[in-house]
Amino acid sequence: MLDQAEGYTTADGRKIGGVVMEMKNITLKFGGVTAIKDISFDIREGEIRAIIGPNGAGKSSMLNVVSGFYVPQEGEVWYRGAPRPPMKPYEVARQGIARTFQNIALFEGMSVLDNVMTGRLTHMSAGIGAQAIWKGKAEAEETANREVAEKIIDFLEIQSIRKTPVARLPYGLKKRVELARALAAEPQLLLLDEPMAGMNVEEKEDMCRFVLDVNDEFGTTIALIEHDMGVVMDLSDRVVVMDYGKKIGDGTPDEVRANQEVIDAYLGVSHD
Amino acid sequence: MPDQFLFAVEVTLNGLMAGVLYALVALGFVLIFKASGIFNFAQGVMALFAAATLVGIMDGQVPFSHLINSIFGTSVHHFGWHVPALLAILLTILVMVALAWLVQYFVMRHLVNQEPIILFMATIGLAYFLEGFSDLMWGSEIKTLDVGLPQGGSFWIEDLTAGLGSDNFYGFFIDRLDIVATVIAAVLVVALVAFSQYTKQGRAMRAVADDHQAALSVGISLNFIWVLVWSLAGFVALVAGIVWGTKSGVQFSLSLIALKALPVLMLGGFTSIPGAIVGGLIIGVGEKLFEFAIGPLVGGATENWFAYVLALIFLVFRPQGLFGEKIIERV
Repeated sequence: MLDQAEGYTTADGRKIGGVVMEMKNITLKFGGVTAIKDISFDIREGEIRAIIGPNGAGKSSMLNVVSGFYVPQEGEVWYRGAPRPPMKPYEVARQGIARTFQNIALFEGMSVLDNVMTGRLTHMSAGIGAQAIWKGKAEAEETANREVAEKIIDFLEIQSIRKTPVARLPYGLKKRVELARALAAEPQLLLLDEPMAGMNVEEKEDMCRFVLDVNDEFGTTIALIEHDMGVVMDLSDRVVVMDYGKKIGDGTPDEVRANQEVIDAYLGVSHD
Repeated sequence: MPDQFLFAVEVTLNGLMAGVLYALVALGFVLIFKASGIFNFAQGVMALFAAATLVGIMDGQVPFSHLINSIFGTSVHHFGWHVPALLAILLTILVMVALAWLVQYFVMRHLVNQEPIILFMATIGLAYFLEGFSDLMWGSEIKTLDVGLPQGGSFWIEDLTAGLGSDNFYGFFIDRLDIVATVIAAVLVVALVAFSQYTKQGRAMRAVADDHQAALSVGISLNFIWVLVWSLAGFVALVAGIVWGTKSGVQFSLSLIALKALPVLMLGGFTSIPGAIVGGLIIGVGEKLFEFAIGPLVGGATENWFAYVLALIFLVFRPQGLFGEKIIERV
């Protein structure tokens, strides 16, 4: 079913393309602690890829490596068929990789709309003078960017809070605004760090729907970390399972569910 | 009209003009605070440094001449040329941009994702360093600054208003420098508001002020924004330094005008540009009128403390200031 060059077709009939990002033998250490140990996996065009594992397994560290916040000691990150040199997070963002954070990182003092507009920063190029007086290229650009932002706000059903300062929003909505900001960048790869953490059932269902819709509507490749096993199995096309910094499983949800090592990690078996 | 009333009007007018000067300094604080979340304690010293650099360049002074002379036993002081004011201002702007880059490289770069209080402490250190550095570079003597701004009373206004009172009334005395300062402040405010509200860089600046990590994730380079923010701070400091330096000479006390800006900020609110202006005007007029009306009863010199007492009262009853953001947050 998994073909390196061709891609594959999912159970619900979506065509998954070639490899967008490939992690090759990544090892990440913090002093004496090895957070990630020799992990390799790939993310393919158009798929929803999940990284799961118990607390402290190194999932967030992995995501931080992908988004450039951490630089691994060993291994290579391949993006679009070429090895990526060590980069600053903002350079990674400019390459079309957007992300959300586990502990929401929004611009609290700004309105929802302004937050979403910051996601468009990488798509603005008009001169600073033109922007200040709102003329020429800048005007057209701002209008176009605003249109994209409004479209995403509509899409995520947060029109009613467009002008509200983010600091006043409840947790669930903040998560949604963060997703909106990441989407505004029109990313080629979207990284979601526990998008449903701390949500109630209803909010989780909404978020699931949004993730699926984003993938469906915009064809965005998504890599996400999640704890809720039910959610992961429903959402994702392929799953990487991590435990103690090592990869213990990789495959479709069904394959992973049947993997003895994964079952041990989740149900608990003494590590000797 | 009774002379006493006209005198009060004149005091009010002069208070307004002084207020504009206070506002000019306070603006520097508000901008940096709004744009980067940093309360820049070094703003006053930066104004002093900018003014001293401007004078030094205009007079063709040799930088670090005292140091050079004492090490090598030479006695160089001047290059012997004079640089025109406009060119010297441009060169000073370059120096302030270079300073901004140095601040970013040696200080801010190492403080990513730190609490605002840490950044504030860094600016205190910067203030003391810059104070000494300025003296070392340009000498600590009092210098006069003349970039061609008009000074002295406006005869036109005096002549126009002389007829209002009795024979003892000679018309309103208004310093032309104050009028120029008002115009400069107005232009500066409009330009800076346009920059921070409508440009990509302005939006990125506000984003960095809020959250470093999130800013990185949407593709903003923190280092670039910091150079930009400190360059802007340097530019505003230069403007304030030129106006204040022309008025009262380039000397150490120039760096203390920052202290006058603090009550203005408490009145107006740390995050509001209109607040800085209104706050400046209230304090300017307030302290002049208070001195005029109450001063003689308590032995004068009320200007030294009036602003601070007013700020104290505000802190008790309206801590966010007149225009500041009310702090509402979900817990």
